Amino acid sequence: MREEGVRPRQSGELTRRQFLTYALGGTGAFIGASILAPLVAFSLDPLRKTTGARFVEVGGVGDFHEDLPKQIHFKVTRTDGWIQGEATMTAWVIRKGRDILAMSPRCTHLGCQVNGTVDAAGNPVPSTDGEWWFHCPCHGGRYTKYGINDPATPPQRPLDVYEVKVDNGKVLLGPIHQRTV
Amino acid sequence: MFAKLYDWIDERLNVTPIWRDIADYDVPAHVNPANKMSAFVYCFGGLTFLIIVTQILSGMFLAMYYVPDIVNAYKSVDYITNDVLLGNIVRGMHFWGASLVIIMMFLHMLRVFFTGSYKAPRELNWIVGVLIFLVVMAFGFTGYLLPWDQKAYWATAVGTNIAATVPIIGPYIRTLLVGGDTLGALTLTRFFAIHVFFLPAFLMILLAAHFYMIRKQGISGPL
Ligand code: HEM
Ligand code: FES
Repeated sequence: MREEGVRPRQSGELTRRQFLTYALGGTGAFIGASILAPLVAFSLDPLRKTTGARFVEVGGVGDFHEDLPKQIHFKVTRTDGWIQGEATMTAWVIRKGRDILAMSPRCTHLGCQVNGTVDAAGNPVPSTDGEWWFHCPCHGGRYTKYGINDPATPPQRPLDVYEVKVDNGKVLLGPIHQRTV
Repeated sequence: MFAKLYDWIDERLNVTPIWRDIADYDVPAHVNPANKMSAFVYCFGGLTFLIIVTQILSGMFLAMYYVPDIVNAYKSVDYITNDVLLGNIVRGMHFWGASLVIIMMFLHMLRVFFTGSYKAPRELNWIVGVLIFLVVMAFGFTGYLLPWDQKAYWATAVGTNIAATVPIIGPYIRTLLVGGDTLGALTLTRFFAIHVFFLPAFLMILLAAHFYMIRKQGISGPL
């Protein structure tokens, strides 16, 4: 027994038991973390993926008018995991002077499809509801032909718009954005 | 902070005796590698369990992307391997882990055999161990088909044909394994269900019995 080697413990000094608990706990935490870290990263992969929206030609500038929006459908290739598919997109397009405004039909309240004012054949006609031209079937949201919302109805921002490029008189639509103004 | 939270819970629910009962177990000198290095052979069972836990975890995460269908299975595994962040690592954990479980389990079994620990009164736990062994082999057999590549397909063709050589009932076993007479869509869904639902459930039950018996009977004495 090396009794003379034993000295009284200073306050705040680790006991043998505490030291072993920390050493063991630390090792265990390290092993656990090295197993869990790649698994967590693996499940967070969707945060890293972007929908690679490319621009798609949807017609000439002359196809669109200043008086009323026109509904168009176009196809985009969409990557859904390992599945490459075509998705049909819809836009309401109106000309405002030289600018092309291409609106998404997705209601900015809770995402239903808004209806434009059209006749039985599907051709745009002037509104019968004053300045309100788009109507949402879900909770009565309504918008002007430029997609500006009626603040007295549920939607609280204008219809989102496609990014538009005009190239040699051709109109190309890209990703959808919220309007900044 | 954790100590305070623990005390708060403990004051109300008195949880200390519950874990003390499980954790306060003096490791006998002859199984403690700190006394004699060769006692590390007693760690093999625990290491097998550690790897089974990582198999279950990595399997749960793989199932986020895997699809058990003959059109998509290969594509989804390919997607996991090449497109998902750290996908090759997670698939690799499950892939290499599958072989490692079997190796560790075998080493554990050899330890039990050479220390004579299977003798009375521990025969029942040896029997449970053999059942665990079978369940783990079944994990390997069913999991191997899931990537639905050439290796998977033909390995399963061979495996199910071996099962068919059992006298009298062999052909019936094969039909039940394959889910019909051709290896295809129904085989894949069966193997998937067995791999991720049935076998994990059996394994949990067997492991619970295994560990309960170890605590009840204590570890076997020194040679
Ligand atoms: C002792 C336990 C286990 C063993 C030995 C085992 C074995 C295997 C093997 C050999 C493969 C084929 C791997 C490949 O070739 O890439 C596989 C795939 C798979 N396993 Fe397991 N497995 C076990 C537990 C589990 C559990 C508990 C789950 C889920 C709850 C699971 C889910 C999966 C999935 C989704 C796949 C397909 C992904 C892939 O092929 O990479 N496994 N398993
Ligand atoms: S979703 Fe259009 S008004 Fe509610």
